Amino acid sequence: MSTTLSLTVNGAPSAAQVEPRTNLADFLRDELMLTGTNVGCEHGVCGACTVLIDGVPARSCITLAIACDGADVRTIEGLDDDPVAALLREAFADEHALQCGYCTPGMLVTARDIVTRLPEADEPRVREELAGNLCRCTGYVGIVRAIMRVLGERRGAR
Amino acid sequence: MKAPKFEYAKPRSLEAAIRLLTDAGDGAKLIAGGQSLGPILNFRLAQPELLVDVRALPELAVVRDEGDAVFLGACTTHAAIEDGRMPDPTRGLLREVARTIAYRAVRNRGTLGGSIAHADPAADWMNVMALLDAEIVAHGPQGERKFRASAFVRGPLTTALAADEIITGVRIKRLSGRARWGYYKVNRKPGEFAEAIGAFVHDPERGVARALIGAIGDAPHVVADARPFVTGFDLAAAEAALDAAGLPASGYERQVHLVALKRAVAQSARASA
Repeated sequence: MSTTLSLTVNGAPSAAQVEPRTNLADFLRDELMLTGTNVGCEHGVCGACTVLIDGVPARSCITLAIACDGADVRTIEGLDDDPVAALLREAFADEHALQCGYCTPGMLVTARDIVTRLPEADEPRVREELAGNLCRCTGYVGIVRAIMRVLGERRGAR
Repeated sequence: MKAPKFEYAKPRSLEAAIRLLTDAGDGAKLIAGGQSLGPILNFRLAQPELLVDVRALPELAVVRDEGDAVFLGACTTHAAIEDGRMPDPTRGLLREVARTIAYRAVRNRGTLGGSIAHADPAADWMNVMALLDAEIVAHGPQGERKFRASAFVRGPLTTALAADEIITGVRIKRLSGRARWGYYKVNRKPGEFAEAIGAFVHDPERGVARALIGAIGDAPHVVADARPFVTGFDLAAAEAALDAAGLPASGYERQVHLVALKRAVAQSARASA
């Protein structure tokens, strides 16, 4: 039995019939064609599917779409005009923080959370906060460097 | 994998939620943040007929400072505790533990009540609540039931909660100004489930000296009289506690739990927040 789901995705209202078992990641990818959100482990460990729900990072693979009724969801596609995400994208490119790119959407959502929530974070803290986002090809050196750079830029701009 | 088929309901009152559970027999599961149940559903380890989403129940959102205790509603998220958005009667213990639970994206949705109901031996809140002798409050068709945390958990993923009962919250006694605590977990990577948990709390004003050995694949082992550790780590007392917890006489598993307890006791000696 499907149920009506109404939510906001990347600023636009969206309504659809979903089966209760459909997770948010599959809903975003298969119904809304927002394929920027990647699905990795499907049990909340790898972080590839991390999106913003009501402004904070969450795993879309272990969040039921129906549980997001009324929520404000933002995916990597919805961060195009976000100033912090823009800084991070530039730093990720410059610091070689991505190779295959599979983990990158989740990395960027988590990185944005780190630089906005923990503006004073040092490198060990950044590494700790990244523990929930797995990268299996680039390695974390470039990713950490990119995040440290944006943290530094934002501290310098204050 | 993908979750199996189930129905979904999001009741607005505790009575309605309990009625759904009663009507479903054993076929329903409660869901709040879904950070444990989500993976279990995706693995199809659980195949409920009905999920009852408890996030709209006002009773589970209650947070109340009761003076000598604090009541935290079951839907309190780990992130809310981590950020200090909740009153903390434990001189920083709850906040410090919250920060180490899984990952921020999980902490934003995962809840105190959900973690306790799930009763994973290697998860943090059940161990913390047993250490602090907290009270688990639940509601069912017969009304309210209260459990001591150490008696609430019966074994791995097993609690005293009946199929038609809902945890509404946790009552945590306030530690006095002179209380000290230590909580140490061994895990391979930050946010992973613990391989071993050691904990110690000493509150001279309340006459409390308790230790805990957790992540032993079973209900946590509470040392209700842990006075030998008040003046520092006591190896003989630790060995006795490890024996009582049912750990093997030697080997990695015993050693890692010994180290966790030792470090927790050492941590308690530092100036508390």
